[in-house]
Amino acid sequence: MGHGPDPVTAGVGITVAGQAPGLFPALTLPLRPGEWTCLLGPSGVGKTTLLRLIAGLEAHVDFTGTITADDARPLPDRIAYMAQSALLLPWATVLDNVTLGAKLRGDRADRARALKLLSRVGLADHSHKKPAALSGGQRQRVALVRTLMEDRPIVLLDEPFSALDAKTRAEVQDLAMELLADRTVLLVTHDPAEAARIGHAIHLLTETGLEPFAPPSAATPRAVDDPEMLRATGALYARLRGLG
Amino acid sequence: MSRVLNGLGAALLLLAIWQGLIWLLAPPKFILPSPAQVAETLWTSRALIGEHALVTAYEVALGLALGTAFGIATAIQLAASHAARNLLRPILAFSQAIPVFALAPILTLWLGYGMTSKIVMAVLIIYFPVTSAFFDGLMRTPAGYLDLARTMGASDRTILWHLRVPAAIPALGSGLKLAAVYAPIGAVIGEWVGASRGLGYLMLLANGRAKTDLMFAAVLVLGALSMVLYVAVDAGVSRYLKRRES
Repeated sequence: MGHGPDPVTAGVGITVAGQAPGLFPALTLPLRPGEWTCLLGPSGVGKTTLLRLIAGLEAHVDFTGTITADDARPLPDRIAYMAQSALLLPWATVLDNVTLGAKLRGDRADRARALKLLSRVGLADHSHKKPAALSGGQRQRVALVRTLMEDRPIVLLDEPFSALDAKTRAEVQDLAMELLADRTVLLVTHDPAEAARIGHAIHLLTETGLEPFAPPSAATPRAVDDPEMLRATGALYARLRGLG
Repeated sequence: MSRVLNGLGAALLLLAIWQGLIWLLAPPKFILPSPAQVAETLWTSRALIGEHALVTAYEVALGLALGTAFGIATAIQLAASHAARNLLRPILAFSQAIPVFALAPILTLWLGYGMTSKIVMAVLIIYFPVTSAFFDGLMRTPAGYLDLARTMGASDRTILWHLRVPAAIPALGSGLKLAAVYAPIGAVIGEWVGASRGLGYLMLLANGRAKTDLMFAAVLVLGALSMVLYVAVDAGVSRYLKRRES
């Protein structure tokens, strides 16, 4: 590890501006190019809905507004998506799972690149196993490799670390930050510590709307005992709890 | 192993009840033969019963294979096309409102006394359970897979073949298990309505000649045949599903 990011198109910035009556009021969410933006909030305020709107997935809301890339080119085909569940196909091997995108597009799978990335996340010896043989952390690392195989400038993460235990979560977060460097990343999370540790930008989404939160100044991923990061975590907790 | 023992225990219990009835009521042989008489007929008429059992087994096997193939094809067609769903689903539902038994005489009329009408009967009786089980599976692909596939730029076609079909294989397995139970019923109904061979035919023949022991022997063989088929399909499906995820 530590060979720098996989060569890709650098991340492109996105701006979401609009409202979804009954879910969230008018808001503007900027995703700065090449940065991790954390969207933090309690359940049910529309964090995932916002992410699904950007991803072009069915969101079951009445959204009025615009989602535009800085370069004004269309977004589909430039987005990769990773969810809370690893969404690995139980009948396919790890290698087949990480090359799923190519298969679904009818392209040739780049198996050499897949194996290289698997070895970078420490799963070189697991490429022929089925997901049932893997731990939760390993599965999420496979999902991370599958996301990287898509090689997209924009990566949308919907609580991908939230089901992992504390130690594994920190490991997978570090790995994701390293491998997704240079991309534009939106991380939806309900964990203030996660946002304070890895967000270049942090936004709180509540019933009253979206408010920015000044992130700690240290470089990401921040040390878990960084005093400023701890203070930010505390402040974010307070903001979340203040909402009832 | 305990399953085998349980099965043996259940068989012994049934035998005991049967023998108990014989001792208690002493019915004439043509009403209810004793287990020993049936066993004797089973042995002395083994060639005759075996010949007819082979015919029935052949009809069941072919009916099962064809019915499964048609069921799979229909389910995929229904899942792939909205128009096919709208058009075919009412037809399928209506076809289920007609008891398959009612069709048996027509099939015999159209297809004759030979095996074809029995095979078609078996196909008809398993076609719906296979179609409906597999179709349900195809329509219940986990939403997360579909989201992922959409962001990957997949087409409906590749999603169907690479996600929905493989994800529906367990549901198809349930359909196959049902089919294994129904297929012998279909074949035997066909034989009852008009046949010159097969266990169903032999049962009617034995019954008409008051050879109740032979009828019982034929029923036992049919039951054993169906059991073996079900156990084999069940074990095959479970084994396949286990292996594909490990």
